[in-house]
Amino acid sequence: MVELLTTPLVPADYLDVLAPLRNRSTLRARVEAVRPETRDSVTLVLRPGRGWQRHEPGQYVRLGVEVDGVRLWRSYSLTSPPGSPDGRISVTVNAVPGGVVSTHLVRHARAGMLLHLDPPAGGFVLPRPRPAKVLFLTAGSGVTPVMGMLRSALHELDDVVVVHSAPAHADVVFGADLRALAADGRIRLIERHTRTDGRLKPADLAALVPDLFERHTWACGPNEMLDDLEAHWRAGDAADRLHTERFRPAVVVVGDGGTVTFGRSGTVVEADGAVPLLEAGEAAGVLMPSGCRMGICYSCVLPLRSGAVRDLRNGQVTTAEPEDDVLVQTCISAAAGPCHLDA
Amino acid sequence: MTTVQRKDVNPIAHLSTEDIEAIGRELDALREEVVASRGASDAAYIRRVIAVQRRLELGSRAILLFSLFPPAWLVGTAGLTVAKILENMEIGHNVLHGQWDWMRDPKIHSTTWEWDHVSPAAQWKHAHNELHHTYTNVIGRDNDLGYGIMRVDEDQKWYPAHLGQPFYNFLNACFFEYGIAAYDLELGRNLKTRERRRDPKFRAAVKQVRKKIGRQVLKDYIVHPALSGPSFLHTLAATFTANLIRNLWSHSVIMCGHFPNGVETFEKTSIEGETRGEWYLRQMLGSANISGSKLLHIMTGNLSHQIEHHLFPDLPSNRYAEIAPKIQDLFQRYGLSYTTGPLPKQVASAWAKVFRLSLPNRKARTARPVSEPAVATAAR
Repeated sequence: MVELLTTPLVPADYLDVLAPLRNRSTLRARVEAVRPETRDSVTLVLRPGRGWQRHEPGQYVRLGVEVDGVRLWRSYSLTSPPGSPDGRISVTVNAVPGGVVSTHLVRHARAGMLLHLDPPAGGFVLPRPRPAKVLFLTAGSGVTPVMGMLRSALHELDDVVVVHSAPAHADVVFGADLRALAADGRIRLIERHTRTDGRLKPADLAALVPDLFERHTWACGPNEMLDDLEAHWRAGDAADRLHTERFRPAVVVVGDGGTVTFGRSGTVVEADGAVPLLEAGEAAGVLMPSGCRMGICYSCVLPLRSGAVRDLRNGQVTTAEPEDDVLVQTCISAAAGPCHLDA
Repeated sequence: MTTVQRKDVNPIAHLSTEDIEAIGRELDALREEVVASRGASDAAYIRRVIAVQRRLELGSRAILLFSLFPPAWLVGTAGLTVAKILENMEIGHNVLHGQWDWMRDPKIHSTTWEWDHVSPAAQWKHAHNELHHTYTNVIGRDNDLGYGIMRVDEDQKWYPAHLGQPFYNFLNACFFEYGIAAYDLELGRNLKTRERRRDPKFRAAVKQVRKKIGRQVLKDYIVHPALSGPSFLHTLAATFTANLIRNLWSHSVIMCGHFPNGVETFEKTSIEGETRGEWYLRQMLGSANISGSKLLHIMTGNLSHQIEHHLFPDLPSNRYAEIAPKIQDLFQRYGLSYTTGPLPKQVASAWAKVFRLSLPNRKARTARPVSEPAVATAAR
């Protein structure tokens, strides 16, 4: 009914400019504090707007961050215990070398900044009833979801071992918190400083944690580490006791041309790097929206679900990660590697 | 105005093919420069305009609840008029052009935006972005040349019905948004034959427009007046006035874009095999600017930079002012005339043409060959 007053907009569009956090239909958060953790990482204390659902420790949240005016989405683990009385949540961001969003947040996040937010997600959580013996196996910023679990569920766990790798003592995110828990005897902490001690190999684990396969293990870190661990646990016939969380999907292959999948029609074509996606699709009989065919009218825009495309006008490459749709003009974009379009 | 191809003195005859392609390269480079520097301040600009517009609209509508009191009526009507103009011009038109798509904000995106206008965004985008911007000022291809109801070029054939065109144009100005909706539906063409009238695609489009009109009218002329209770009729009059002024304003601005003296038109055949450089050249000659203050530029949706807009329809409107001197310099270096002038002068010039061409051409056209070389070939 109220929509009759605001058509063609909806009331929430007006609410957005007056009180953005009160809009239930678009989840946002305001940064309330920025706390440095290490040289390259910060914890953002966020006040989520209406519509935020309580998370499970270990889950992550997708943040929509405007970098140079462009909204980019990245996932970060929640490091605060769920349902905190002041209604705030926190995430810890580690500046990844070359990472546009993480670097922007670590260097430029300020109190008052507005971020977009998705509901909490992820299955990297502790089951109920809680397992008797737990091992957390982490490297680098992989400790962030584990910190979320330790902060909220440690009192329900009897026997916890944390094996954490970081380049050096000063690089350990939450180093002080972990060492304090260890000093209180609440966890057994094994720190590995890879710059001096070298990388931890799965084969080294048995010596550090003798009852390795008796424990339920939650592991989070770089993809190669997780691949090795999964192989090790499979070999030990304990794959069901290893739970992993990956931060980064496969890197988009940027090349000339590639396999284009048109999701809705199921058509798959090999497209040349010089042929616009629009033409590639049409040649394969896909119903494509189209207009001026010269990049000015935006009638042909389609969501790129994943992959990389190159703007034929200036060679600029646009990439999309799964679940991070990017709208591209198909008439002036060509495949720059395998890509998946919603058409 | 006579098409470039039929003019006694062809304004581009002095340009070589090489010149035209050099112009194209220069403009491409300028475009890249702006694209590369788009960033946070541009995003902040459009968000600020949207925030101001929505606050102004809310505030004005609130004041109009008491429109029984003359000062409230005046303030509310003025505010609502400005809000409606901003919404259509600087926000709606430009968002629908995809000028802000690069922000990847689904709420400020050409594919999701809907505007305070009776023509549904999707239909307008087809008629405007696709047809008008691609075929700008090509007689027989660009329906914006007289909107299919007027004769605005000597080369358009005269019929006695054109005698009434000053009147139609005024009527169209008053109810411009309905004129645009009819234009986007290509009513003239589609109502002509029974077959066209029954075309399911056309009928679906008509249904969409009727639905949109229904909602717009309900909002402006029933729901908001009803909320004002005893001020019902006053609020109704206020909204009608706001829509009327918005329509007159946008009609004037748009007339200034392509109708004033100095703007060139083109033969249908001239665009066959047109290169990028030739397309740019046509946009340069086929558009006219309006000179004025920053406020004027914002209120016209930066269509006061029509030339820059036609060259780069998808660049953010707030950047046109910054590239205008560079474009002007380019015109000068290649001996082309950059048509611009203050609003009253340009509006008068456009209206003078509407009046002049309501009559048949004064001097009978001498038997010049119709197939005078096209732009493309003329320059070679």
